[in-house]
Amino acid sequence: MDTMYHLPPTAAEAAIATTVAEAAAAQEPLWLTGNGTKGAMLRPVRSRRTVSSAALRGITLYSPSELIVSALAGTALSEVQATLAASGQHLIAEPPDLRRVLGAADAPQTIGGLVATNLSGPRRVAWGAMRDHVMGIRAVTGRAEVIHSGGRVLKNVTGLDLCKLFTGSHGTLGLITEVTLKVLPLPETSATLVLPMAVAQAGVAALSAALGSPYGVSGAAFLPQAAAARLGLPGAAALVRIEDFAASVAYRSEKLRAELGVAGSSILDDAASRLIWAGVRDADPLVVGDDDAVWRVSVRPSAGPGVLEAAGCSGFLDWGGGLVWLVGAATPAAHQRVETAVLAAGGTWTLMRAPDALREAVDVIPPESPVLAAITRRVKAALDPRGILNPGRLYAGL
Amino acid sequence: MIRLPDPKTDVLARRDAIIAGLRPLLAESGLISEAIRLKPYETDGLSAYRQMPLAVALPETTEEVAAVLRFCHQNGVRVVPRGAGTSLSGGALPMEDAVVVGLMRMNRILDIDYADRVATVQAGVTNIGITNAVAGNGFFYAPDPSSQLACMIGGNVNMNSGGAHCLKYGVTANNLLGLKIVTIEGEIVDIGGAHLDAAGYDWLGLLTGSEGMLAVVTEVNVRILRSPEGARAMLAAFQSNEIAGRCVDAIIGSGIIPVALEFMDRPAIHACEAFAHAGYPLDAEAMLIIEVEGSVAEQDDLLDRLKAICQNFDPISLKVSQSVEESAAIWKGRKGAFGAVGRISPDYLCMDGTIPTSRLPEVLRRIGEMSDSYGLKVANIFHAGDGNLHPLIMFDANDPASFHKAEMFGADILRLCVEVGGCLTGEHGVGVEKRDLMPVQFAAHELDQQRAIKSAFDPDWLLNPSKVFPLVEPVSLALAAE
Ligand SMILES: Cc1cc2nc3c(=O)[nH]c(=O)nc-3n(C[C@H](O)[C@H](O)[C@H](O)COP(=O)(O)OP(=O)(O)OC[C@H]3O[C@@H](n4cnc5c(N)ncnc54)[C@H](O)[C@@H]3O)c2cc1C
Repeated sequence: MDTMYHLPPTAAEAAIATTVAEAAAAQEPLWLTGNGTKGAMLRPVRSRRTVSSAALRGITLYSPSELIVSALAGTALSEVQATLAASGQHLIAEPPDLRRVLGAADAPQTIGGLVATNLSGPRRVAWGAMRDHVMGIRAVTGRAEVIHSGGRVLKNVTGLDLCKLFTGSHGTLGLITEVTLKVLPLPETSATLVLPMAVAQAGVAALSAALGSPYGVSGAAFLPQAAAARLGLPGAAALVRIEDFAASVAYRSEKLRAELGVAGSSILDDAASRLIWAGVRDADPLVVGDDDAVWRVSVRPSAGPGVLEAAGCSGFLDWGGGLVWLVGAATPAAHQRVETAVLAAGGTWTLMRAPDALREAVDVIPPESPVLAAITRRVKAALDPRGILNPGRLYAGL
Repeated sequence: MIRLPDPKTDVLARRDAIIAGLRPLLAESGLISEAIRLKPYETDGLSAYRQMPLAVALPETTEEVAAVLRFCHQNGVRVVPRGAGTSLSGGALPMEDAVVVGLMRMNRILDIDYADRVATVQAGVTNIGITNAVAGNGFFYAPDPSSQLACMIGGNVNMNSGGAHCLKYGVTANNLLGLKIVTIEGEIVDIGGAHLDAAGYDWLGLLTGSEGMLAVVTEVNVRILRSPEGARAMLAAFQSNEIAGRCVDAIIGSGIIPVALEFMDRPAIHACEAFAHAGYPLDAEAMLIIEVEGSVAEQDDLLDRLKAICQNFDPISLKVSQSVEESAAIWKGRKGAFGAVGRISPDYLCMDGTIPTSRLPEVLRRIGEMSDSYGLKVANIFHAGDGNLHPLIMFDANDPASFHKAEMFGADILRLCVEVGGCLTGEHGVGVEKRDLMPVQFAAHELDQQRAIKSAFDPDWLLNPSKVFPLVEPVSLALAAE
């Protein structure tokens, strides 16, 4: 069990490798996926054949005192979370549940799918993303080989870090079959400062002051009026979360509230705090129609309000202002406005959902400079020489 | 002994022309070619290995780096990037036919943005230099390798360095937002920026820890964090490694993540006490240094909880620091550990494996057995929270047999680390030191896959070749496929 990372392929991995080898020989594109809950993201893949990790289920290793959990890629996130919670631990990157926003079926999210998409929640601003907690992976590459990278320990710099390369690669380099994640203790309790603020710039300035304080802020969001209403707040507000032992949470939330000195501020208790951050995490403030587009944008925090305004659609800010959620008409013009605003701010966008016509027509993530694009092509070729794995998903023609 | 690849004779033959070609690309005195001035660059922190480089280039700007790399690429000259040269794995060891590109003149802090909590610095800024630049505003840069006074951020990025506080704050990879890199073709590329989680492949993550093999880093955007209100340490000593190990499990199991959780075995305690007079208990078999952060009341609360946990393991002594000075005294021995071992043995090898923490007692017992059979002393320092083990193997460099035994002992320890489910290196990198052990951890096709990714950045294998991968003719899988 301990040395599973150095084990030969399992029967299931070998079968997947055979499928990949056949497809490579036939030059036939494959749609690599988990349960398909994030299929709406990025560009659709045109393929007649699906290779799924859904059948690879089960937690293969959990050592609470070593802060490590391993699971086969198709294991439900909810199962991993329940197992961890029973030992007072959790995935600190706070993976979101975007099934509503993505219009996905009710199937469980797989742990492999979360790693493949590198989706993190509000705590990312303080504690890192999924990619920061992936300690090991096994995967079947486009060469039909089973490889591992990393392992089941928390510190590892042996060789090139392919865990990072696979995390967020959206199935374009291989099918992840098993992941090992760093876990951390659940905080004893939490509290949230609600700072009524009408203007995004002022809200983000308050978030910046909070994140620049010594009080260990683990969530910092700004909700304009409409978004706030969706989460049951009376008006636009900045939210600041603190999580820790009870005495610390009480001390720090009061101290921070006094230092920020925002008129009318209040403090939510643990239960209310959990509820509101689950809403922020899952992008509940967004009202998404069937024909709408949703963008997830990352910029420097102080640029968040400007992007929200320039994009000309509705949304809200997380990560201290640096994560901008946007929902709007799925038109090339609307997409263009988002692109222009993000490029001006020096950041990155991901088209999270839209009707296929738009997803096929636009850059679903920012194009790379010619030099980097050439490296991307060569790295892709190094793992998927025939270009059969989720072609086009990230970059058209790749 | 580690073999270096044969130098390219045609490059050696063109030495004068190469130097003449490089000189105008650099500012005055930016190119070193005289033997006496090349001498300081012949080795790094793995000083048992030495090799004079062809020349040393000391660029002052990203454009100069680009010009040098473009020239080297066009002329088939190998390049070894170098920061402060503190690598303990021989990562910056030169090659006879290679130009060392030293980043030490690129030592300016370019921008500090407290609102967005990011600092942009040149690759030659020292690790401590970043914290010093922001400390006045109450901020710090979190990863704190023991070499932080000397080592440079560009080296930290390429080694993915850790520090005593990475249990809470993570290693270098977790504290970066962007890089400016120069490819071997001399192209300047920006990766990331001031935002989190750029879409597309995670180049930032792949470049971090790539040991100078993919590109030369010239600028780094690091996250800066607000310092905690305060920090305080405690020391707990136990009758055996097993008991101390169980206490570590209990601490982590309690839900407390201390900012630091350091373990020392008996030889390490003795060496450090003789050096630092830190008041370490000499009758203990194992000792923990535990540090917590927060306001004074929060520190008290956490230290009380930790004391109560330690009490369950029948400690020989428990000392909770009452002041900043006492904390400093507790840390003094640990931070001076390398120097301390250097006093009892002029020469030592600092190993760096990682193990599942639950296997610590067994691993220490087996290292003890190896120590007996090799007849070489060893002291063990362990980042207990994350399983990163540093055995310091003492030997006599004047006796080649002793050095040879030390290397074999070290290799046996690293094999053991992999055998129990760990890895060859937790933070010092593979370099040349562990290069030939890579097949212990990776299958041949896995190493070929990593080589193919290197080829995607550096098709001609000019950037720091002969490091990380066992020497074979570089296969260019990516290109072969096309
Ligand atoms: C006493 C002592 C204590 C140490 N303690 C720790 C510790 O606590 N934690 C830890 O992780 N390490 C530690 N180290 C190891 C070492 O300090 C780190 O690996 C450090 O990051 C190396 O930085 P450097 O600037 O000296 O890089 P160098 O040694 O010069 O180079 C390291 C590697 O990076 C490459 N490189 C350097 N700069 C660049 C660049 N700009 N672009 C591309 N490649 C580059 C080099 O080619 C080489 O492969 C210690 C070393 C010593 C001597």
